[in-house]
Amino acid sequence: MKVNKNIFSNKEKAMFALRSLYASHGFSMYRMSKFEEFELYASNMDYLDSGQIITFTDTDGMLMALKPDVTLSIVKNNRHIGNRIIKLFYNENIYRVSPKTHYFKEIMQVGLECLGAIDDECISEVLLLAAESMNVLSDEAKLDVSNLDILTQLFESCNISRETEEQLTLCISSKNAHGLERVCRSADLGPAKAELLKTLVTTYGNPDEVILKLEAAFLENSLFSFEEKVSFGKSINALKKIVEAFKEAGLEDMLNIDFSVVSDLKYYNGIIFKGFAEGIPDGVLSGGQYDKLMKRMKRTSRAIGFGVYIDNMGKLAKFDGEEVEIGD
Amino acid sequence: MTEMINVALPKGRLGDKVYNMFEKAGYECPSIKEKNRKLIFENPEAGVRYFWVKPSDVAIYVERGAADIGVAGKDILMEAGSDVYELLDLNVGKCRMAVAGPAGFSYDRNNELRVATKFVNVAREFYAASGTDIDIIHLNGSIELAPILGLSDVIVDLVETGTTLRENNLEVVDVITEISARLISNKSSFKFKTKKIVEITRSLESVIE
Repeated sequence: MKVNKNIFSNKEKAMFALRSLYASHGFSMYRMSKFEEFELYASNMDYLDSGQIITFTDTDGMLMALKPDVTLSIVKNNRHIGNRIIKLFYNENIYRVSPKTHYFKEIMQVGLECLGAIDDECISEVLLLAAESMNVLSDEAKLDVSNLDILTQLFESCNISRETEEQLTLCISSKNAHGLERVCRSADLGPAKAELLKTLVTTYGNPDEVILKLEAAFLENSLFSFEEKVSFGKSINALKKIVEAFKEAGLEDMLNIDFSVVSDLKYYNGIIFKGFAEGIPDGVLSGGQYDKLMKRMKRTSRAIGFGVYIDNMGKLAKFDGEEVEIGD
Repeated sequence: MTEMINVALPKGRLGDKVYNMFEKAGYECPSIKEKNRKLIFENPEAGVRYFWVKPSDVAIYVERGAADIGVAGKDILMEAGSDVYELLDLNVGKCRMAVAGPAGFSYDRNNELRVATKFVNVAREFYAASGTDIDIIHLNGSIELAPILGLSDVIVDLVETGTTLRENNLEVVDVITEISARLISNKSSFKFKTKKIVEITRSLESVIE
């Protein structure tokens, strides 16, 4: 078959480049239908960014939806995973309400998911692939990484209401140190805990420096019991392993540790991350571990994945004049 | 070449105050004070480029990356739910977001509460938290008129000194939150211009009164 190499748009070039990248790492293509039973989303509504979903009644009376998400379908359709790791990638259109325009939008999403016996090696592999995906799309990219477990553990030790947790999370996600101080005061959190929460706002950037500061703040802190320190140590180590993997791959310059990356604590846990490209105002890639979602969907294994929002990348000028080569 | 930071400032009295803070912090741009129709002012040495925009648009410019940083009222950030970093409370443009009603107003829970406001989302969220049924009336100005003419039971609005309320026989029923001007940053810009944005934030912090 002959294909004219000039017919590809920049978006298509980016899409195929990403698909090739994932396939070359042993991921298999996952395809799904446009429609999914609405029930899947109804029972996991707050996992989705917006509760608004395009629905219709199928000819058999079943309430169906135009899929607003791919991850839920992948989890639903992979029941018996056992001790292996299932590695999948997808390239699907999803339908969501844009938080900016408040209208429905068709969004082209490329992404990958690993389900099963996820270990540190697999987490590092996914993060490196996220970094490489960013490099495919932009010459100047950053990947912000956080460990949600540190925040969760800190919240547990503070003994605060869900509402206060949400307010604090919002402050951390917007690097709002002054707002965080106010929430801490009104929730009667002592100065020591407030200071630790503030550390999560003010500590970001170079991974080695951040890790040193985290170790000083959490592991050398008389506020915590031995068990709590072990637990914080484990979470900091998870970040360290990623930093090591990035150094080995020579990608450490694009890695930041930044706790302003947050996700819904009901679904996500552990390592979460977000990719940014220079000159592009919105995040382009977003992902993390979602063992809690797996548990909610009655799965016993763990999971990690990410989605790339190519539509956010604008004109993708990097691909102008770039020729498509068809290889094996 | 110095890295340039695009700064969106809110037009009007608050903007003038805020620009003076930038000037005091070492990011002056004398041409901004000249009376002309120019829209963009820059000082390449200080690495800043200012532009005036409607106060309610600042967050949009920043969120969409046309400005790296900007100054917006907390009221606007809350209402729009802007996805930006909120780096600093500049402690100017201070007022309260409050519920106000006719003097001596008490809410009869048997009836739906009619609330007139410019801040539809803030009002909705505030009443949802207490499980109160409300009918929102979205107005763009002269909000105080609504309860006087019987259009609404209460209003949700910004209250500075309370003079307008008093003159119209209204009083504060509930304070929702304290409002002031905030320094905000585009999230992606912050990743690539971290050093400069942090430097501006620290310098501004040192001139907050």
